[in-house]
This record gives sequence, structure tokens and C-alpha cells, in this order.
Amino acid sequence: MFDNFGFFFPRILEGLPQTVYATLGGIALTIVLALVAGLAMLSRLRVVRFVARVYVEAFRGTSEVVQLFWIYLVVPILVGFQVVPLAAGIAVLGLNHGAYGAEIVRGAVQSVPKAQVEGAVALNFTPAQRLRRVVLPQAFVEMLPPFNNLFIQLLKSTALLFFINVPEMTRQVEVLRPNFGESLATMYGIILVLYLLLAIVITGVMRWLERAAARRLGRRPPSRTSALAKVSAGGVG
Amino acid sequence: MSTDSTDPTITFDAVTKRFGAHVVLDELSFTVDPGEFVTLIGPSGSGKTTILRLLMTLEKVDGGTISIDGEYLSHMERGGKLVPADEKHLSRVRRRIGMVFQQFNLFPNMSVLRNITEAPTRVLGLSKGEAEARAVDLLDMVGLSDKASAHPTQLSGGQQQRVAIARALAMRPDVLLLDEVTSALDPELVAGVLSVLKEIASTTDITMLCVTHEMQFARDVSDRVMMFDSGRVIEDAVPEKLFTSPEHDRTKEFLSAVLNRA
Ligand SMILES: Nc1ncnc2c1ncn2[C@@H]1O[C@H](COP(=O)(O)OP(=O)(O)OP(=O)(O)O)[C@@H](O)[C@H]1O
Ligand SMILES: [Mg+2]
Repeated sequence: MFDNFGFFFPRILEGLPQTVYATLGGIALTIVLALVAGLAMLSRLRVVRFVARVYVEAFRGTSEVVQLFWIYLVVPILVGFQVVPLAAGIAVLGLNHGAYGAEIVRGAVQSVPKAQVEGAVALNFTPAQRLRRVVLPQAFVEMLPPFNNLFIQLLKSTALLFFINVPEMTRQVEVLRPNFGESLATMYGIILVLYLLLAIVITGVMRWLERAAARRLGRRPPSRTSALAKVSAGGVG
Repeated sequence: MSTDSTDPTITFDAVTKRFGAHVVLDELSFTVDPGEFVTLIGPSGSGKTTILRLLMTLEKVDGGTISIDGEYLSHMERGGKLVPADEKHLSRVRRRIGMVFQQFNLFPNMSVLRNITEAPTRVLGLSKGEAEARAVDLLDMVGLSDKASAHPTQLSGGQQQRVAIARALAMRPDVLLLDEVTSALDPELVAGVLSVLKEIASTTDITMLCVTHEMQFARDVSDRVMMFDSGRVIEDAVPEKLFTSPEHDRTKEFLSAVLNRA
């Protein structure tokens, strides 16, 4: 059933760079948009909060595939030039996941104790310094686990880019499929594993960041085994 | 920095503070002179913390005015009228005030040293070297020279509170606000913090406004003690007088309740 691995693997692997570019570009845009929109949702100015809210609801509430077709097919008609498929794909991935990330940023910033801000006010930090020097560094560690999830979702969403002809891994399989119908298990087996490996890389990086950030805050690095041990021992910390 | 020495450093003029319908401060007026150490006592919920938070600009007044050395804190003058202070004005007057909190509020994302140097460098514009020299002196004064590179979470509560005191002093405030700074500490750690405060009180001319349940400490260091209840000062006297022969029944009840609890 899993025959001709040596034939399919290099062909599918040719799509790996595009998948990686789309993922990294999407993550970069996600981080920027999540920060901007997440902080905007906490603004004192009602208009700013409103604009951020509209962005978040618009992108969370509509289909990613439809957004792709919009940017790839409809926008060129409106503005008169074609967008590079990969760029269009990164834009949609970033805008979409940025909308989810905005809620993560907002929640993490709000989770920083008010007393920390008051400590900063008492030292006469400006509002921007309070955010930059005190609140965000502490919120950062809270953002990492949910962002890990979000980035893995983004990685998996890069498969949708085959709809707009980005030559990423899934697209490679789609191109091969009509001629090699008898090898579907091999082809889909290969990309399944490749996506899994990429997801493991993302998780590895994020957990490393999480441990580093926890250390900086003087917390003990999160460890799943000790948490489980605590639960099974039925004890408290 | 203080102007005419007869002018009060802190002036509360008919200050009213409400939380919803609950009037916490009811046209409260009092003054504190330059260099004075004034202790506030009173039952829980009487508004002591609120007074300090108003001074630190962490709360806004609902009526009346607060001033520091004759300059409005809660308000500013614009076109001959008093309007609520904006961030720029607040930042200017806040410069003169420091506060130490019951729960220390050290920044967990910074080392002990950075906790003390961060504001002097970023807010006062000191060079890194100047700020660190200042921090080293202060850590020495609070007895924590060996903890400069430690992390706040590696310190005991008493040590953390002494760092918080050093952090506030690094800004060279004219006024220092102390809100039950030993209440969150284990009993054996209280003395160390109080002795640091005593030293500051006797060696600097910082004006101090202190809320505490440590009556012996209050008696030893205060120039004046104010007893609060229901949003008003009901008794205001030198410590010997207030602790030994209070005039008001409410003060007597409060003192005996506190002393019995201890
Ligand atoms: N943010 C707030 N919202 C609503 N009510 C508040 C708020 N802060 C304080 N209060 C109320 O104001 C009153 C005075 O509070 P405050 O903390 O100043 O008292 P306190 O004298 O410091 O008491 P304690 O000795 O318990 O610290 C209390 O009744 C309290 O419940
Ligand atoms: Mg209080």
C-alpha cells in the first residue's frame, strides 16, 4: 500500500519551502496584528476599541477559504493588479490568526495584576513605559501556550493555500493525485507526517520560550510531569 | 525643594471620595508639615488606604482638593479655573511622591537591582552607572547588599519589602507613603522592616505618611498620630497624648481592641 515512497517523497518535499515560508510569514503577521489589535481593544478611546473589535469579528466570523478567494480573485479586479499567491496567502493567514491572537493578547494583558501597574505609577512611569517595561513582559509568558496552539493551527491552514495555487506541500499532492490514484495512502501519509513534524518543531520552540520566560519571572519552568504527579498524588502544591 | 518652611507639604482640603454610593471620605481636611512623620490609625474600612492612594494619584477625588507644597495634585489650573489634572500634570507632581505597598508590588520580570534602577534611569534620566550606585547604597542601607542580582521571588517577604522601600527611595521622593508595609509579613520579619523605616525617619527629611497597626512603632517614630473613623479625623495628637490619654471614646475603643488583639 505504501509503495513508491522514494518517488513521491522528494516531489512532495519540493513543497516544503513554500509551506515553511507561508507559516513563518503568517506567524510574523499574526504576532504584529495580534499585538496591535489586542492592545487596541484595551484602549481608553472608544473608536480605537471599536475598530479593533470590527477587525476581530470580521476575520473570525468569515471563512478563511472565502477570504483567500477574495484576496486572490476579487481584489485584483478592484485594484487592477494580481497579488503574488504566496503573499496573498500570508496576508489571509496573518489577518485571520491575528484576529484570534488579539483575544489572547488582551486576556494576557488583563491577567497582569493591577498592583503591578500601580507599582509602576508610584514610580512615575509613563503609560507607555508601564506597558512596555512592566505589563507586557509579564503578560508575555501567559500568551505563549495559547499562541503555540494558534501557530499550529496556522501551519495546518497553509494547506488551504493550494486553492490559490501556492506550490506548497498539499498542492504538490493535488498535482500528483490524478495520475497516481493507486498511491493515495503513500502521498497523504507523507504530508500527514510532514505537518506533524513541523508542528512538533513549533511546539518545541514555543516550550523553550515558555521555560525561558518563566525563568525570567522567577517561576519554576512549567513541567507537565510534575503537574500530573501532583494530581495523581491528590496533593496540593 | 520645600518652599516657605511654614507651608504644609500635604494639604487635604474638604476632600470627598465615594465608591458608588458609599462615601469613604467626607470633606476630609488635614495638613502634614515638611519632614513630619504622621501615622494614620483607624478601624478597617475607615479609608486610610484610600487617603494614600489619592495622594499617589491612584484614585481620583470626587470633591475638594489635594495639594503638595501648594501645588494642586488632583487638579490643575487652566484659564483661571480648576480642572481635573491630566497625565502630564500628574506625572510632574507624582515625581515628589513615593509609595510602599502592603504587598510590595515588586516587578517579577526584573532582578532586585533592576527593580531599583529601572525608574531612576527611565523616569529621572539617570545614567546606568549613577542609578546603580544609588541602588547599591540603598541596598546597603536596607541590609541586602548581597541580594542585588537575586530575583524578587527568591527573597523572603521582609526582604522583598525592604527592596520595595529602597526602590521608592531611589526616586528621592519628598513624600513617602507607607501602607501597612508590615501587615503581609510573618511576625519574625516585621522588626527588620520597621528598623529600616526608623532609620529613614531619623536620617532623612522626607515627609512620611504611614498607615500601620504597629502601635509601638507608631509611638516611637511619629510626630503626630491621626485617628480616623467614618471618613473623618476624629482625633489628632502627638503620640504620647493619643496613646495614653485619648479624648474620644471611639479612639479608646479602637486602641483597646488593637492592643487586645496583639
Ligand atoms: N476600588 C474600590 N471600590 C469600591 N469600594 C472600595 C474600593 N476601594 C476601597 N473601597 C471601600 O472604601 C472603604 C475604605 O477602604 P480603605 O481600603 O481605604 O480602608 P482602610 O482604612 O485602608 O482599611 P484596612 O485597615 O482594612 O486596610 C472600604 O469600605 C472599602 O470597601
Ligand atoms: Mg488599608
